[in-house]
Amino acid sequence: MNDFDNGRIATTDLTLNLGPQHPATHGVLRLVLDLDGETIVKCTPYVGYLHRGVEKLAEHRNFLQILPLTDRLDYISSMANNIGYCVAVEKLFGIEVPERTQFIRTLTAEMTRISNHLLWLATHALDIGAMTVFLYCFREREKILDLFEKLCGARLTVSYPRIGGLKNDVEPQWLDELYRFTDEFPMRVEQYETLIDKNRIWLKRTKGIGVISAEDAINWGMSGPVLRGSGVPYDVRKTMPYGAYDKVKWEVPTGKNGDIYDRYRVRMDEFRQSNSIIRQCIDKLPEGPIMADAPKFTLPAKDRVLSDMEHLIHHFVLITKGPQTAPEGEVYSATEVPKGELGFYFVSDGTGKPYRMRIRSPSFVHVSALPKLCEGELVADVIANIGSIDIVLGECDR
Amino acid sequence: MEPLEIAGRLKDKFPFEVLEVKSFRDQVFVSVKREKILEICRYLYEEPDLCMNFLSDLCGVDYPERKHRFEVVYNLYSLKYNHRVLLKAQVPQDDPSINSVVAVWNGANWHEREACDMYGIVFNGHPDLRRILMPDDWDGFPQRKDYPLRGKEGAEYRGFEETKELHAHDKEWNIV
Repeated sequence: MNDFDNGRIATTDLTLNLGPQHPATHGVLRLVLDLDGETIVKCTPYVGYLHRGVEKLAEHRNFLQILPLTDRLDYISSMANNIGYCVAVEKLFGIEVPERTQFIRTLTAEMTRISNHLLWLATHALDIGAMTVFLYCFREREKILDLFEKLCGARLTVSYPRIGGLKNDVEPQWLDELYRFTDEFPMRVEQYETLIDKNRIWLKRTKGIGVISAEDAINWGMSGPVLRGSGVPYDVRKTMPYGAYDKVKWEVPTGKNGDIYDRYRVRMDEFRQSNSIIRQCIDKLPEGPIMADAPKFTLPAKDRVLSDMEHLIHHFVLITKGPQTAPEGEVYSATEVPKGELGFYFVSDGTGKPYRMRIRSPSFVHVSALPKLCEGELVADVIANIGSIDIVLGECDR
Repeated sequence: MEPLEIAGRLKDKFPFEVLEVKSFRDQVFVSVKREKILEICRYLYEEPDLCMNFLSDLCGVDYPERKHRFEVVYNLYSLKYNHRVLLKAQVPQDDPSINSVVAVWNGANWHEREACDMYGIVFNGHPDLRRILMPDDWDGFPQRKDYPLRGKEGAEYRGFEETKELHAHDKEWNIV
C-alpha cells in the first residue's frame, strides 16, 4: 500500500469481514466485503449460523407438533408464522375454519405486523444513527406484547393459533384494551415521522440508496414491503386472500423509487393500514365457535372432552399419537407475513407426518439479493441496506 | 389463465417432456423430464400470456424408492396474471444433476444452492454452487431420507478441522 509508483500511491483492494457477531447485521449474518476505498466491489453473504434443520425435524414430527417450531422461524413475528403454518395445513386437510377464528387471526396477524415494523423501525433508525426513535418504538411494542401475554400467556413465541382454530377465545375486555391502543396508535406513528421524516441525516442516508428496480426485485423473488417499495403492488393478502382480509377495507401501500426511503414509507403506511384492519375486525367480529369441526385433525373443546367419551378418545389419540391420517397430496400455501411472502410447501404421503415440509422464507430470498443492493455503494450504506430489507436470520437459516 | 390450461399449453409445446399432470386442492403439478428444464422455464417466463415472472420457491424432494430418486420442484407464479403452476423435474440418483435456471430468475441462485446442500443435486451452469446452510466441510446431504435425524453416539460434528484439538478433552471432562 505504501509503494510509490510514478508519484501515485498504488492501492490494493481490501477484504473486510462483517459479522457474524455484529449488532448491525440483525442476527448472525456474515458478509465478506471487497472494498476499493470505501466503495464495495463485491459483497458475499454467508448464512447458516442459525441453521437448526427445521425442515428435516418436521419430517419426524406429526402435524400438531410442528406448530411450536414455526414460532422460532421469525421469532419477532411468531404469530404470523403460526397462522401461515395453520393456513397451509388446513388447506392440505381441507378444513373449513369458522368465521370468528378468521377475524381473530387477521386481527392478531396485524398486531404482529405492527410490532414487527416497530422493532424494524427502532433498529433500522438506530443503525443509521437515530437513537430516540428506538425508545419511542419500544414503548408501543411493549403494549402489543402485553396484549399478547394477556391473550395467550406468551409474549414472543405465542403458538396461539391451532390447526383448525385457536387456543382460546378472546375476552371482551381484551378487545376493549386493543381498541384503546388503536385509538392512539396513529398519533404515535405521526410522532415517529416528526422525529425522522424531515431529518436531513435520515433523508441523506436513505433517499436514492439501495435502489432496486421493479423488474430486478421481481426477478430476485423479493416480496413484501421490499417489493412494494419498488412500486409492485403484490400482496398475498390481496391476490390470494386468507383469513378475513377480503372482508375488510384496506389498501396496499406502494413506493416508486425502490430505495431505502420508499421501503421505509411503505412500512409507515402499513402501520396505518394494519391499525385500520384491526379496528374493522373488532367492529365486525362475529359470534360463533373458534374451532373447526374436524375431530380427526383438530383438538376438541375441553368441556366436550370432559363430558363426552368420543371427544375424549379423539383428544387422547391426537395428543399421544397425533393425527393418524392426512390426505395424500401436495400443497403450496402462502401468507403475507410482515417481511414478505411466507410459503409452506407440504408433500403428504397419507401418514400423520409431512413427508416433506418446505419453508419458503422471505428473509432467505432477501439476503440473497443483498449483493445486488450493496455493490457499487459505500460501506456505511451496507448497514442501511440490511436494515431496509428487514431480515431475521432465524427464518433465513431455518 | 387457469392452471390446467397452462399445463395444456406446456404439453402442446413440449409433448415429449411432460410426463404427468396432477391437480390437488386447485393447484396444478406438472412432472417433466429434466433435460429441457431450462427451455421449459424460459418458455413459461417469456411467453407473453403466461409471464411466469416470479419464482416463488425452488426445492428438492427425496423419494428413495422411486426410479428417479429426486425431484426438483419449481414454484412459478405470475404477478401479472395471478396464476401459479408447480413444475416437478425428475432427477435420477446415479447422475443427480439438472440445468440451473439462474439465467431466467436470479432468485433461483440460493434456492439451488440449498437444494445442492441438502440433497446433493448438482445444478449445471450455476454461477456459484457451494454449500449454503451447512459448513463447507460437511459430509453427506442432511435432508436425504437415508440421513439420520440424529447422528451416532460421538459421531456428531465437532467443528472445523482447526478447532478439533480444542475438543480433545471433551470425553474425559464429560461434555460430549
